[in-house]
Amino acid sequence: MLRIHYAEYEALRAHGEETYPNECCGVLLGKSVAGEGNHVREIVRAGNTRTDSAHNRYHIAPQELVKIQRQARTLGLDIVGFYHSHPDHPAQWSQTDFAEAHWLGCSYIITSVEQGKAAVTNSFLLSGTGEDDKKFEDEAVQIDIASNVAEPAAHNQKGQE
Amino acid sequence: MNIHIPTPLRAYTGGLETVSIPGATVSAVFQQLTVSYPDLKPHLFTPEGKLRSFVNVYLNDDDIRYLDSKEESVVKESDELTIIPSIAGGTNCCR
Repeated sequence: MLRIHYAEYEALRAHGEETYPNECCGVLLGKSVAGEGNHVREIVRAGNTRTDSAHNRYHIAPQELVKIQRQARTLGLDIVGFYHSHPDHPAQWSQTDFAEAHWLGCSYIITSVEQGKAAVTNSFLLSGTGEDDKKFEDEAVQIDIASNVAEPAAHNQKGQE
Repeated sequence: MNIHIPTPLRAYTGGLETVSIPGATVSAVFQQLTVSYPDLKPHLFTPEGKLRSFVNVYLNDDDIRYLDSKEESVVKESDELTIIPSIAGGTNCCR
């Protein structure tokens, strides 16, 4: 299960609305907790270098990733996943998403943005041991409404399309 | 020199985010890296020994592919190498 605070969850959805009709992208910083999953503490917006086809492609410059990884290290966090939007397209991973996914154990959040408004947000865990057996698994998303709430609300938007 | 390991590959470095590996060039450091952590090798290199296309390696702030000497670039102990897999995707052919 992916855990994310409400503010970060809303921020990544808002990012998709801001870049509409183009795809947005960014990085999830946090910690992977054994037996629980990835816990997001911060999101970092990234630029989409695919200006040639930004409406249906995204790519984060490796140099920007290097800087974000440094930032994570400074904060005592790790890169635990990524997010991007699908403008006027379902919040489901595509063959392109799968082919370009190489961060095993990380969460890939996808938000569908319909006519400029963020609609469904889903998360997929890239599991497996390597390129030969990797696969995307549907991943429940738990949104923490407040940082000091003992039992945060569970929320999984799959099936809302 | 220090090599920063991305999250997915730390399973092969005993969970270490940073490992210290000696060597005079990038390729020598990588050679020693895969000797010290042999399980890393198939995740970084093809069976033919070439760096996998989705694996980016940065010497400080520079992609080694664009350095004059590429992987034969000379390194100093104070330099840092960062391994960073690519991230990309997009719509247009959903499952």
